[in-house]
Amino acid sequence: MNSNTPSSSAGRAGSADSAAPRRNSKRPKYSKFTQQELPACKPILTPRWAISAFMLVSIVFIPIGVVSLFASRDVVEIIDRYENVCVPESFRNDKVTYIQSDVDKICNRTLRVKKLMKQPIYVYYQLDNFYQNHRRYVKSRSDSQLKNNNSQDDVDSCKPEDNTADGMPIVPCGLIAWSLFNDTFNFSLNNQQLAVNKKGISWKSDRDSKFGKNVFPKNFQNGSFIGGKHLNSSVPLSEQEDLIVWMRTAALPTFRKLYGKIERDLQPNELIQVTLENNYNTYSFNGKKKLVLSTTSWLGGKNDFLGIAYLTVGGLCFFLALSFTVVYLVKPRRLGDPSYLSWNRNPGGH
Amino acid sequence: MKRYVYINDDESLQELYCDNQISNRKYTVLNFLPKNLWEQFSRFMNQYFLLIACLQLWSLITPVNPASTWGPLIFIFAVSASKEAWDDYNRYLSDKKANEKEVWVVRQGIKKHVQAQDIHVGNIVWLRENDEVPCDLVLIGTSDPQGLCYVETAALDGETDLKTRVIPSACMGIDFELLHKIKGVIECPNPDKDIRRFDANLRLFPPFIDNDVCPLTIKNTILQSCYLRNTEWACGVAVYTGNETKLGMSRGIPEPKLTAMDAMIDKLTGAIFVFQIVVVMVLGIAGNVWKDTEARKQWYVLYPYEGPWYELLVIPLRFELLCSIMIPISIKVSLDLVKSLYAKFIDWDNEMIDQETGIPSHAANTAISEDLGQVEYILTDKTGTLTENRMIFRRCCISGIFYGNESGDALKDVELLNAVAGSSPDVVRFLTVMAICNTVIPVKSKTGAILYKAQSQDEDALVNAAARLHVVYVNKNANILEIRFNGSVIQYEVLETLEFTSDRKRMSVVVKDCQNGKIILLSKGADEAILPYAYAGQQTRTFIEAVEQYAQLGLRTLCLAWRELKEDEYQEWSLMFKEASSTLVDREWRIAEVCQRLEHDFEILGVTAIEDRLQDGVPETIETLRKAGINFWMLTGDKQNTAIQIALSCNFISPEPKGQLLLIDGKTEDEVCRSLERVLLTMRITSSEPKDVAFVVDGWALEIALKHYRKAFTELAILSRTAICCRVTPSQKAQLVELLKSCDYRTLAIGDGGNDVRMIQQADIGVGISGREGLQAARAADYSIGKFRFLKRLILVHGRYSYNRTAFLSQYSFYKSLVICFIQIFFSFISGVSGTSLFNSVSLMAYNVFYTSVPVLVSVLDKDLSEGTIMQHPQILFYCQAGRAFVVALETNSFTILQHLAIWGNLVAFYVINWIFSAVPSSGMYTIMFRLCRQPSYWITMFLIVAAGMG
Repeated sequence: MNSNTPSSSAGRAGSADSAAPRRNSKRPKYSKFTQQELPACKPILTPRWAISAFMLVSIVFIPIGVVSLFASRDVVEIIDRYENVCVPESFRNDKVTYIQSDVDKICNRTLRVKKLMKQPIYVYYQLDNFYQNHRRYVKSRSDSQLKNNNSQDDVDSCKPEDNTADGMPIVPCGLIAWSLFNDTFNFSLNNQQLAVNKKGISWKSDRDSKFGKNVFPKNFQNGSFIGGKHLNSSVPLSEQEDLIVWMRTAALPTFRKLYGKIERDLQPNELIQVTLENNYNTYSFNGKKKLVLSTTSWLGGKNDFLGIAYLTVGGLCFFLALSFTVVYLVKPRRLGDPSYLSWNRNPGGH
Repeated sequence: MKRYVYINDDESLQELYCDNQISNRKYTVLNFLPKNLWEQFSRFMNQYFLLIACLQLWSLITPVNPASTWGPLIFIFAVSASKEAWDDYNRYLSDKKANEKEVWVVRQGIKKHVQAQDIHVGNIVWLRENDEVPCDLVLIGTSDPQGLCYVETAALDGETDLKTRVIPSACMGIDFELLHKIKGVIECPNPDKDIRRFDANLRLFPPFIDNDVCPLTIKNTILQSCYLRNTEWACGVAVYTGNETKLGMSRGIPEPKLTAMDAMIDKLTGAIFVFQIVVVMVLGIAGNVWKDTEARKQWYVLYPYEGPWYELLVIPLRFELLCSIMIPISIKVSLDLVKSLYAKFIDWDNEMIDQETGIPSHAANTAISEDLGQVEYILTDKTGTLTENRMIFRRCCISGIFYGNESGDALKDVELLNAVAGSSPDVVRFLTVMAICNTVIPVKSKTGAILYKAQSQDEDALVNAAARLHVVYVNKNANILEIRFNGSVIQYEVLETLEFTSDRKRMSVVVKDCQNGKIILLSKGADEAILPYAYAGQQTRTFIEAVEQYAQLGLRTLCLAWRELKEDEYQEWSLMFKEASSTLVDREWRIAEVCQRLEHDFEILGVTAIEDRLQDGVPETIETLRKAGINFWMLTGDKQNTAIQIALSCNFISPEPKGQLLLIDGKTEDEVCRSLERVLLTMRITSSEPKDVAFVVDGWALEIALKHYRKAFTELAILSRTAICCRVTPSQKAQLVELLKSCDYRTLAIGDGGNDVRMIQQADIGVGISGREGLQAARAADYSIGKFRFLKRLILVHGRYSYNRTAFLSQYSFYKSLVICFIQIFFSFISGVSGTSLFNSVSLMAYNVFYTSVPVLVSVLDKDLSEGTIMQHPQILFYCQAGRAFVVALETNSFTILQHLAIWGNLVAFYVINWIFSAVPSSGMYTIMFRLCRQPSYWITMFLIVAAGMG
């Protein structure tokens, strides 16, 4: 025994570079990180905590829900679906022929204002079943061409609307621009023209940076198959706001796009005459077209979802808080009681 | 398959064998890139990602910018490649250092200083004291007149004691000067990795001695990476060089162990891949149908009527790319990262540092920490693992008289001291055997005290005890041993040493008493290896009783015996022994056979009993881990009674009536079969009772059971929570591990000695105790700890945390990939099944690389329960063991500063990245974020989502 210790220490001293001392030097300094002892907060969901958290959520959420629901209800919306009624009776069975023919497509609609509409009133057109998010469609554009006059030939991504038949680049190229929405709306109130402001309906950043001030439409809609609206080739792209709005492709197949703003209040029961040109072909794919006039609130447009969601979550939390309270009062349980552990409840049977 | 080494032959053969350049490198500068890439791409996951990345280059089908896959892919590859490169560079540096070391080598008959890498096979290499051996050498000369030298083999086998090496008899007495000119041939086997064996022959050419073939053993070699100690100089012939040395051959990449969790992840990946294929097929067909029906009506899409031949494939391939994020690309990297951190936590743990030696725990295998949390069977060695392996001589029985029974310490027994003082012949003979029947080397320290260098702790204890009883082993000078007894010095000449092997279970020395010239055979060994060979007529009953009695006390017993040999008997036997020693084939077996011829007709002198104390905290550790549902098996080379006593004292088995021990024994097949069936029957009956039933089996019965009744034994193994296997060999230990593994149990093997290495390597997890038997086991193991009690912390704390953290991380990785992928899939239904991506490339990439991977990584700091709680309720580990189905809930339970930092920092990062990105005019997201942040409804929505998520 007494010779063991010296013999082993002698062995180590003799082998200064053998394994043992080297491993010894790796011994780390004490730190909370290496010892996994970093201070940590460890929330434990005690019944009290859970109940008060649920209570708090319901107290905060229910008022918010009510407020946002009211805000949404305050928004006045007039929606007019016109794609069917604007087709003459004789063409009802073959709408596609109608829309592709050269007949006059003027259509008159009358909208009644139900409630007071405060300015600004936004005019939207809404398309249904229109896949602006189709892969072939979304990709068919050239951002550099839109922005920069020098990159007119940058049309690779625009297929199949890249070049005209004689090989000249189309500006703006691509399916999105080509299929630009071309219905027009004119509003009049009491036989007086109701001005629609079409300036400032697109994003400022789009106008300033994505669409060039010195890029002018060229060879646009020159082909045999006309997609949509023609563009005035003397106006730069940055001012073609309908195009800019259209080129912000929608993520869902049902979408609204801003057409313009009416900058005056509309009184209840006023009748608005709409003269629209029904040019755009949604008949081949049974798409609906709607005209939407809407005011906004501090929460944006008319949307009940947010309010309902808040109310649902708040109500659910309130219900849970109540039922937890009942359970807690009726059948309290000591916190951290080891006898509830699964192996203590049924001994032997794991 | 032999190699002939011509000593000191400068001209020929230089090219035949490799030079001494050591190379552990995997790569060279030129082949690094291709080889590393090839290796990385041999993994299925990487192949998959490469395929995806290549498909993305085809712009017709790619939904997003190819950078969103190539970026992470290149990043991940760069990370693993640079890790490899760094490791390889370090290997290169250490190789270079070894290769350029200067050594003395004889060239053209003159000693020259050359670099170690220029040593060739056949060169004579000179070493000074404390030099490292540059290659495997056969000794031909040393400074010691008897041709002895001492080496330290710590780097080779981890044993820190000094070993003696001798020059072959043929080289004995060659003059220092002549050694430069020595010529000869060594016939040796081709390089292998067995560091305990070297069966070769040496023949020197004239004028040196005669043509006699001289046998060489491992005793005549000094191997690469050993150190020369206590010897002024030594020289040897290089036989194996470079990567062909014993060390070089045994180096090698061990087979990587796969954890249960890894297997689970692989399976899950496979399942997700199948799911992905299904989704792709369904969506692809739907997409093609939609295209041919609906899309034709959508005039603005302008679908051409005639497409190219691959038209049908385009949409499915697009979906394949869209869904490719279903399999998280980052999971491997994240897991590697956190796993190495788990290992670091083990290395760093202050509570697992052995206070006595200051050795910290070490995780050599960084990949399997979470398996620690799933261990179901622990197979443990006894000596040195459960016990301290600090042997203390406690009792003895000399010719029927028991010493040390009263006080528990024979060294203080007055009767024994009196007997020694009175020079009672039996006692003196007994002590003489204790002192010299061993391979201990006494070393005089500067102060004059004698230190013993022993390879076995038992021998150390015996020699020290003998010294305390005034039979002092003073000096060993070549073959001459000096014993000091009561002031007089007695000299013995060692004629032969019949070494200990685990098969023979005894060792003997043949010595010649220099006083009277008598030749004596001294033996010590296990009782069953000694007592049956007593001479006819000796009463061995008392000794058997002594052995039993000591074993009952948990002491290790050795029987000592001796026999006087007649001169001619010895001479005759000596020839046979020499012949056996120089055989090249089956040498060990032949020697054992020859030894058998001498070791009989013993006169039994007595029995020694050595105590091996239990380590601190062993019973508590076993009890706690037992509670955690872990089954313990004890595998020991010791005898049954000792093993059972130790097992009782460390809570391994409960004493009667709570516990029951079932014995499986028998010498023949029938007996074993019968007892096995009986035990099995009892086991089946009692398995429902709350009773600790353990079975005990010895090596012999185990051999038969494993060979003929494997099925029954397997059933027994499953039924029994505890087992004691005694008298088992290293390979049987490994077999038992294999058996349990084949029953689909997670096994952990823990041991400390060279005999546990195979078991440790075989088990799912090998734990080595860096104890007194050297570091051999610790080196082979995945984890090395200083004391058995650290096992509790290793499993319950580190294993459990690692398991929970890995489970969290991998579940989260799959979860986040599936979430984003399902969004894409649902979006495809409203985008005309055309394969549009809802997210832009940058967002997708950032989602994978930044938003979702960094915050999860800090889950490595998560602690669901405090360490104290786990130690109190080890049963909690059931959830990990059963957790093959990954049932840990997806939640983080504690939040340290780093976690807060990562989570909130990540939120900030989201806005920063998106703001930066939306400030770039050319990108598709231009100013979107700025507008968004100005909208009150955005913030309200965000608040709602977070609050609803919390609710």
